[in-house]
Amino acid sequence: MASLKEMRNRIGSVKATQKITKAMQMVAAAKLRRAQDAAENARPYAARMASVIANLANGVSGDGAPKLLAGTGRDDKHLVVVATSDRGLAGGFNSGVARAARERIAGLLAQGKDVRIICIGRKGRDVLRRLYGERILHTYEVASAKTLTLDVVQPIAAEILSRFEAEEADVVTLFYSRFRSVISQVPTARRLIPAEVRADAASAPDLKGGVYTYEPDEASILETLLPRNLAVQLLSAMLENQAGFYAAQMSAMDNATRNAGDLIAALTLQYNRSRQAQITKELIEIISGAEAL
Amino acid sequence: MPKFHFSLVAPERELFAGEVDQVDAPGAEGDFGVLAGHEPFMTTLRPGEVIVRDGASRRIFTLQGGFADVTPESFTLLAEHATEVGLSS
Repeated sequence: MASLKEMRNRIGSVKATQKITKAMQMVAAAKLRRAQDAAENARPYAARMASVIANLANGVSGDGAPKLLAGTGRDDKHLVVVATSDRGLAGGFNSGVARAARERIAGLLAQGKDVRIICIGRKGRDVLRRLYGERILHTYEVASAKTLTLDVVQPIAAEILSRFEAEEADVVTLFYSRFRSVISQVPTARRLIPAEVRADAASAPDLKGGVYTYEPDEASILETLLPRNLAVQLLSAMLENQAGFYAAQMSAMDNATRNAGDLIAALTLQYNRSRQAQITKELIEIISGAEAL
Repeated sequence: MPKFHFSLVAPERELFAGEVDQVDAPGAEGDFGVLAGHEPFMTTLRPGEVIVRDGASRRIFTLQGGFADVTPESFTLLAEHATEVGLSS
């Protein structure tokens, strides 16, 4: 049986922990709002970009299509980009993305493909390093950037493009966590190269009988748009990731706060019982001492 | 004068959306102005100024390049690093 003083200390330390988790929860909630707004604000651009590319892609299929759209025609070298957060304490957020990536990598390796990895965020690297340490080319840390803008993701996009152009990669896949709602973030794989053209995004606008004119021609427009699209896709994935991270952290810290509350209640009960037991014992000693006289 | 819908979107957020009279933009092969009923047209943009006119008001944005998609009823401008520089009326 722990002494009363030990129990008091224990209760005190759980209370201190609870204060910390409570504070973290509130900070995450505030940051979540901002991250969610940022993710929503970035959506129109990505959506417009996707529909323009889908429209253009219909026009330039075949041999003339840019490699970023059509692929290299091979499927041997895979580049896997894993976007996680730099921080932890967010429940299963990072491990979910890392697990999805790990399963894919294992599957590709089993098929005899060559796999290379780029990590965005420290947590994903920490998990993947143990298994595939020699395959990790580069790790980007993004926590230092206060707000995610295109400038932040541009270097990452540039590295992916240059590796693609140097024929170090045939297929590039991005793993991130899709922000479905505050309580649900889904680890998702998105193919970056060859560019995924969503058929549903190609909504042909009403042209009133006119035909699009292109300045310069379609192929050159696509060639400037596709690299930019890569950066935009990265940005939107990272914005969703960030919103998802704060949401996951918020609920993880909410759980932790509640657990701490339960623990405090149980410990306080135990403390009161043993204090009462001690008082009773002392009374018995006094009374039996008096009776002996 | 008939109006058309113009939206100016940057990667981080939408900078402008609404009905306007005229928009001037720096196309890759020359500056162009768009009025309602413009023929369908797509072009890349070079760095420069975009001037949005609606009635007597004029809003000016600078951009570092981008992409324009014009249809008879709407004009969507996907801009890189766009900022608003002035508002004059």
